[in-house]
Amino acid sequence: MRAWFLVLAAFLLMGQRDAILVPAVSQDEVQVRQGFTGTELILYGAILDPRGQRGGAAYDIVVVLKGPTEPIRIREKERILGIWMNAESSDFRSAPSFFAVAASRPVDQIVDERTAAIYELGTQFIQLSPSGQIEPEKQARFAAGLVDLRRRQGRYKEDVSGVAISEQVLYQARIELPSNVVTGQYTAETFAISRGQVIASAIAEVEVRKVGFERFVEVFSQLYALWYGLAAVFLSVSMGWIAGRLFAYI
Amino acid sequence: MDVYLPIANLSVNGLLIVALGGLTGVLSGLFGVGGGFLTTPLLIFYGIPPTVAAASAATQVTGASVSGVLAHRRRGGVDYQLGTVAVGGGIFGAMIGALLFRLLQAIGQIDVVINLLYVIMLGAIGTLMLQEALSVLRPRPGQTPKVRKRRHHPLVASLPMRWRFYRSGLYISPLAPFLMGVFVGILTMLMGVGGGFILVPVMLYILGMSGNVVVGTSLFQILFVTMATTMVHALTTKAVDIVLAGLLLLGSVLGAQFGTQIALKARPEILRLVLAAIVLAVALRMLFGLGVQPDEIYTVAPL
Repeated sequence: MRAWFLVLAAFLLMGQRDAILVPAVSQDEVQVRQGFTGTELILYGAILDPRGQRGGAAYDIVVVLKGPTEPIRIREKERILGIWMNAESSDFRSAPSFFAVAASRPVDQIVDERTAAIYELGTQFIQLSPSGQIEPEKQARFAAGLVDLRRRQGRYKEDVSGVAISEQVLYQARIELPSNVVTGQYTAETFAISRGQVIASAIAEVEVRKVGFERFVEVFSQLYALWYGLAAVFLSVSMGWIAGRLFAYI
Repeated sequence: MDVYLPIANLSVNGLLIVALGGLTGVLSGLFGVGGGFLTTPLLIFYGIPPTVAAASAATQVTGASVSGVLAHRRRGGVDYQLGTVAVGGGIFGAMIGALLFRLLQAIGQIDVVINLLYVIMLGAIGTLMLQEALSVLRPRPGQTPKVRKRRHHPLVASLPMRWRFYRSGLYISPLAPFLMGVFVGILTMLMGVGGGFILVPVMLYILGMSGNVVVGTSLFQILFVTMATTMVHALTTKAVDIVLAGLLLLGSVLGAQFGTQIALKARPEILRLVLAAIVLAVALRMLFGLGVQPDEIYTVAPL
């Protein structure tokens, strides 16, 4: 229903010459509550040709979903005296906590590497903003290490067949959010690409937040650390005590 | 059964966590060790962030030791006087441990140091226990199994000021149990363990305490030191996950009761052999990560 409304609204805006991208997200808020095991976001929408024709130009869609960024330090283990220990480290000012790319075809078939790097259309193009002086070779090594680590945690990913386009008008991308997502504002950037050129782009936002008991626990542990600690101690002592008493009579 | 952990920020299989708690509970009932040495590495292996694992495991050990202390109290197996001195040292040690934790975190070697501590501590204790258990099980011909005379270590005797600890049958300086407490308190904070696997041998072989109060007193010390550790974690690292701790507790308080039942029936040598094998297995796993192939080459720390 909502999709059709958006399509309609887009048609009304079709005075311009450029193609228009009308994006929407299946949910603009992801609620993390008890039993949350991750969720699947559906990013869909329509692309409208200004000349009012469809199917004229074949285009591809790439969707990039990024979680809140955080400054991080990456450490690299090295074997020193027979022991693997942390040796070199490197700081990055803005590592996204989540990064997913979904495309209708492999990205390297859609655009050249330069364009892909500009729009961050791939995990190897994430702009991490290294801080301090760092050689490009070392930076690339650390960035690759980070991407590999987070890819295995399900936090960075690429899906080259994650976008379905129907009738050259509607597209639909599916991105799986794992349960270990960081809360905060997520931005989904959608790019319509034709003949190696980005012809239209649009941004949609999704908020991931904890609700209910989960939010209560998190806030409580941060703001009332003393009481939270006492509650944890009370819980463990009383559970141990109750079990001890119960079993004493069995 | 999926359960979302609000502090660890991920969902886990709740039944698996309860089962893990149950396993460590059985260990604690059987041997008087908290089982933290097993919980913390397994939780980390499962994907829980290391700090959350250590903090929540400490909370769990508190619960497991309450029922243990209650059970031993009924049999008069707790030396409260010596236990209190050791607890004082333990709380002091937990604070030192918190400072060390921060320092090591700043220089980026906390995980290496924790792994090294595991390998050294568990390796040494495990080997000693294995030797002892084997020598009791298979006494060499021509050698009568020698009855060890209960005595404290000469170093303990050289410490100034002596108190009488009636329950333990000791006349030693309170500095000895205090220092033992400090040492174990540091380990509790760093490794997320109760320290029973160190306390019990130290009490037996270095302090020379009478055997029937060793396990109860060790649990008494663990109970209070892990409480202090939970508080220190809640206030500094904010890494205590109450849901994770609750699940572990559910398993461990039940497991502890079964452990106590088994302990009454099984042969102590066999039990010690089993514990030695578990301890050594954990140590070897850690050694593998340290010397052969680390779990991850790259690690990420927030700035």
